[in-house]
Amino acid sequence: MSEDLRAAVGAGVLGSEEAYRDLLQSIVEVARAIFGAKASSIFLLDEETDELVFEAVAGVGAGELVGTRLPSSTGIAGWVLVTRQPLVLDDVRSDPRFSRETAEKLGYLPKGIMSVPLLYGEQALGVLQVLDRPERSRFSLREMDLLSIFASQAAIGLHLLRAARLARSVLAEAGGAAAALARLAAVVETLDGERREIAVRLLHEVELLLAGP
Amino acid sequence: MIEEELPAWSLPADAVEPIAAGWPERVTRDWAWGGATGAGIRVCVLDSGVEAGHPSVGQVQGSVVIEVEDRQVTVTEDEEGDLCGHGTACAGIVRSLAPDCELWSARVLGAGYTGSGDVLLAGLRWAVEQGFDVVNMSLSTTKRRFAATLHELADAAYFKRTTIVASAHNLPVESYPWRFASVISVASHEGRDPFTFYANPEPPVEFFARGVDVEVAWLGGETVVSTGNSFATPHLTGICALIRSKHPELTPFELKSVLYLTASNVAGSG
Repeated sequence: MSEDLRAAVGAGVLGSEEAYRDLLQSIVEVARAIFGAKASSIFLLDEETDELVFEAVAGVGAGELVGTRLPSSTGIAGWVLVTRQPLVLDDVRSDPRFSRETAEKLGYLPKGIMSVPLLYGEQALGVLQVLDRPERSRFSLREMDLLSIFASQAAIGLHLLRAARLARSVLAEAGGAAAALARLAAVVETLDGERREIAVRLLHEVELLLAGP
Repeated sequence: MIEEELPAWSLPADAVEPIAAGWPERVTRDWAWGGATGAGIRVCVLDSGVEAGHPSVGQVQGSVVIEVEDRQVTVTEDEEGDLCGHGTACAGIVRSLAPDCELWSARVLGAGYTGSGDVLLAGLRWAVEQGFDVVNMSLSTTKRRFAATLHELADAAYFKRTTIVASAHNLPVESYPWRFASVISVASHEGRDPFTFYANPEPPVEFFARGVDVEVAWLGGETVVSTGNSFATPHLTGICALIRSKHPELTPFELKSVLYLTASNVAGSG
């Protein structure tokens, strides 16, 4: 890959990673609103460490939980990931093990949990959870269908995010200079109007200077 | 692979033997499982483990944990119990329908996500080798590379009179083993009666059983209210255990036929 191309790809990759994170955040916000829930979150499976990582959180825990890690095959999220089956529980507060492990991380005890695997093709990429819908007498299969629709969307978002991260790490390994250029290009992409014009002019000057005799 | 005896490839005229099936003209629920308790039937719950001694589960005849390291499969006694609560829930549902069946737990969870497909295969292979009458699988894999081996195992079980009852997926994805014709696949209906189940005229999902708002056993001797195809599956597992305890001679093919004939939406069932 030429340096030019690498920088161009890098600009796209760095910009897109942020956009995909925004997409996941938007999905958990909408899921929380539609179900009238206290919180909603997306876990991404980190295959290297074999752990589930909070990637996006809306409602209770937003801003604090992102980056928190859980085992990949225990607890409710772990069961959902490994078995690829959705699971809806009400009144989970009665589960002492659940309380101990998760309450410490969430900062509160959820009473109800809807948990669904995020599947993309053959891969299970993570888990979407919706915590504490308003109390109601019955859960219906319609809600399960709705949850599945969100899951499909979230799975696409996670797939894109993973692809962007992979591309970034490939770029970073390919050379420090390319990654630096990519970061610079990504910053310029975020600028508007006059600031952007100035930045482009400045970079052009830098290019002439560096290419000079 | 599991050793199978060579099949009879042909049948000489003088070797035809009548089979005393003894089925009535009209197969009713009363004929199928009236008075049955599941006694004498061995059921294996392939899941997250089972909490022994839970009031809804009672005695568990055996609990093992399946592990795979460097392709070496080990099957050891499970000291940890249930790592999620789900296996206990399934065992409790089976017990509620077939109170006298023998319950076994094979834990295929807990060793991380990465190796979970291999553990699932090893667990199912163990269960088929043990010759359980019914195996409850409220789980599936989406990985194609496991599909062929799972298919062989499902067929081996079918010919060894081990009935695999597997949760269908409610997401639009390919997953296994529930799609195989040699297993009984189950999804949820919204009704409350544990004995109501419907035959699906449009497979691959073959039956619908109770799976919405079910009060189930959970960790620490507690119960929770839960929803999912994974809870519909043990309902049908329990009914299979009842039928087999009254009619132990039934093959998986015959058992599925009895389920069809006694399904709540099949005319003449009763």
